[in-house]
Amino acid sequence: MNKLLVSSSPHFHGPDTTQSLMLDVIIALSPAMVASVILFGFRAAVIILTTVASCILSEYVCRRVMKRPQTVGDLSCVVTGVLLAMNLPVSISPVIAAFGGVVAIVVVKQMFGGIGQNFVNPALTARIVLMNSFPAKMTGWTAPFDHAFVDAATTATPLGQLKAGLFASGEAVKPSYLDLFLGNTGGCLGETCALALILGGVYLVLRRVISPVIPVTYLGTVAVLSLLLGRDPLFDLLSGGLMIGAIFMATDYTTSPINFGARIVYAAGCGVLTILIRAFASLPEGVSYSIVLMNILVPLIERAVKPRAFGKPKKGKAGA
Amino acid sequence: MDLSFPKRPFRTHGGAHVPHRKNTAGMESRFMPPPATVTIAMTQHIGAPCTPSVKKGDKVYVGTKIADSPAYVSAPIHSSVSGTVKELTKILMPGGQYADAVVIESDGQMEKDPSIRPPEEIRTKEQLVQAAHDSGLVGLGGAGFPAHVKLNIPEGKSIDTLIVNVAECEPYLTADHREALENGENILHGIYKIKEILDVHRVLIAIEDNKPDAIQKLTEIADNPELDPNDEVRILPLRASYPQGAEKVLVQACTGRCVPAGGLPADVGCLVMNIASVSFLASYMKNGMPLTMKRVTVDGSAVKEPQNVIVPVGTKISDLIEFCGGLKEEPHKIIMGGPMMGVAVPDMEVPVLKQNNGILVFGEKDAKLMEPTDCIRCGRCVAACPMHLVPSKLEKYALRRDTDALEALDIASCMECGCCAFTCPAGRRIVQAIRLGKADVRKAAAAKKAAAEKAEKEEKK
Repeated sequence: MNKLLVSSSPHFHGPDTTQSLMLDVIIALSPAMVASVILFGFRAAVIILTTVASCILSEYVCRRVMKRPQTVGDLSCVVTGVLLAMNLPVSISPVIAAFGGVVAIVVVKQMFGGIGQNFVNPALTARIVLMNSFPAKMTGWTAPFDHAFVDAATTATPLGQLKAGLFASGEAVKPSYLDLFLGNTGGCLGETCALALILGGVYLVLRRVISPVIPVTYLGTVAVLSLLLGRDPLFDLLSGGLMIGAIFMATDYTTSPINFGARIVYAAGCGVLTILIRAFASLPEGVSYSIVLMNILVPLIERAVKPRAFGKPKKGKAGA
Repeated sequence: MDLSFPKRPFRTHGGAHVPHRKNTAGMESRFMPPPATVTIAMTQHIGAPCTPSVKKGDKVYVGTKIADSPAYVSAPIHSSVSGTVKELTKILMPGGQYADAVVIESDGQMEKDPSIRPPEEIRTKEQLVQAAHDSGLVGLGGAGFPAHVKLNIPEGKSIDTLIVNVAECEPYLTADHREALENGENILHGIYKIKEILDVHRVLIAIEDNKPDAIQKLTEIADNPELDPNDEVRILPLRASYPQGAEKVLVQACTGRCVPAGGLPADVGCLVMNIASVSFLASYMKNGMPLTMKRVTVDGSAVKEPQNVIVPVGTKISDLIEFCGGLKEEPHKIIMGGPMMGVAVPDMEVPVLKQNNGILVFGEKDAKLMEPTDCIRCGRCVAACPMHLVPSKLEKYALRRDTDALEALDIASCMECGCCAFTCPAGRRIVQAIRLGKADVRKAAAAKKAAAEKAEKEEKK
């Protein structure tokens, strides 16, 4: 008789694996990918493929060089690649896009130990690096459905126009809520179409890949503060990178807290920073910076807000 | 305290959607004839092991006491067959440690010990505790905690609720389910006796809602106006969710009360007993036969004829499998208990213990474990932990052997239910690491205590 396997309980494992969860995120991102191609043309697909390829290659080479187990198969690098593309303007040069993928995977993710170890969101950090390295190219917005790339009409994002006071002065017309909802405005590939992003978010929640705590708290905080500051809450919710940030970026497993209470604090912090930047900073948009700043605070938030073990007395009482 | 009957269970935290696979729920239990020999381990329970009181060549009967211990937390052990003591030996136990054992050669007669007679009418708490002790009863839900210790409610604590545990939340296991269907009368009598003696006026029979036939049967029993004129015994169907049957989770689901960390259900006025324990106690009071037989679910992908078998304690797994038609594929893993909390045994020679409720034999496919990869901080383990712990951090610090951090994370509250590891997408061996961590914490505490004692001695000098 062969030797029996003796191992610690539990002897069963649930159906989910890292790979299956990442695949779900990719599926959830597909409406946004489709929307980006419809809105900005086939070049959007080129950008997506470029960043994904760059991320996969970076991950593969890094793991080989570091002599660590190969992790390309867990698909997390594909998610990073898609998310990075979603955060780039369609007019970006593929070389810059590919460089962004290298930054995300090599510098932000693998140098800190790979999946689960990076302390900031790789795709967002890469976007910030590109924004600071190539500010003009990263803000060369193209109007949707204007697929003549060579000398496509440049436009601005609704938030940029708001910041520049173009709506107030009448130089630009504020897009309708429907246009914002469907993504018929200037902006990054995947951020404009709120409908596609919400569809993906609902899928992720239904598949229990993410809990709705972070997106709901984030969006709720932004809406409430926007109202309090006399801004237009619906415009704030639907414009810029807020939807993709709240649904896909702030919920990144590695860089968000793992317990309920800390998730609320973290997401509320993201919301506060987003509105503060939009209302008072010189930047038109603050989602990337808000999330990355809150990513850095995650260890501290988790230290401050811990779950209380079953049957332990509440804080303030003896023995707490 | 509120003593009304809850209409639906209270909310509990965490848990995992484990598969049910209750394949054997619809099959009548079968009695297994005595095997050629039984190997009765001296560690059949939590607590001090027993010392054999028989020697080689002694004639024993079914129910003859063969071992006992003077320790309080222990339970006497009885022969499960009639025959002669073949040898006293040491055997490899499921946990991997060695234990003393008495091997008895069966004469095939299953002759009852002539000295066995029903105990005197039980009227007081002390008599009940004594009867539970003499019967050799241990918690039959799987933990094997001596029943007389549990029933001996400490001074100053009063019990207002008796919870009969029929949750049976582990996959595959249907032994309690069959007990409910086949032994309804006994169960009711057991409940009435315990309720009367302990003066408890609220009894909840807690059962997961995936056993509608057992719920119906138990409802018929509990709604008996003759036996239960004040309607003090009621069924509470629970959401079928693992680990509803874990004592602390069950108390919360039934009463909304929260057992303090490090405490017992008695601290919040509850007594939790497994259905098979209650049923056994009733039959012991009727006929005086101590615990020698156990209903065991035999199932798993490698077993030819899965079923519930009532086996003599000490029957080897190999004999039991034989009785169930043998194996249809090569065994790769054999689990004593359920797949979530059971123990993988090293070989088929391991005998059935009193608290066993399942023997599961798996072929290669089911035995295979996922290769662990890096933690992705998804937080699923935190959401799944019924004890509100942070399993991923416990694992991290356990592997670092950092006992201070482990204590700060309340490692002692972990009951090793396995929800964290079950849901972990990276397949981390979280429970295994936590077990290691618990052993480290115990060792560190013992070292600390020894150092303090030493310092005290030095001071006295």
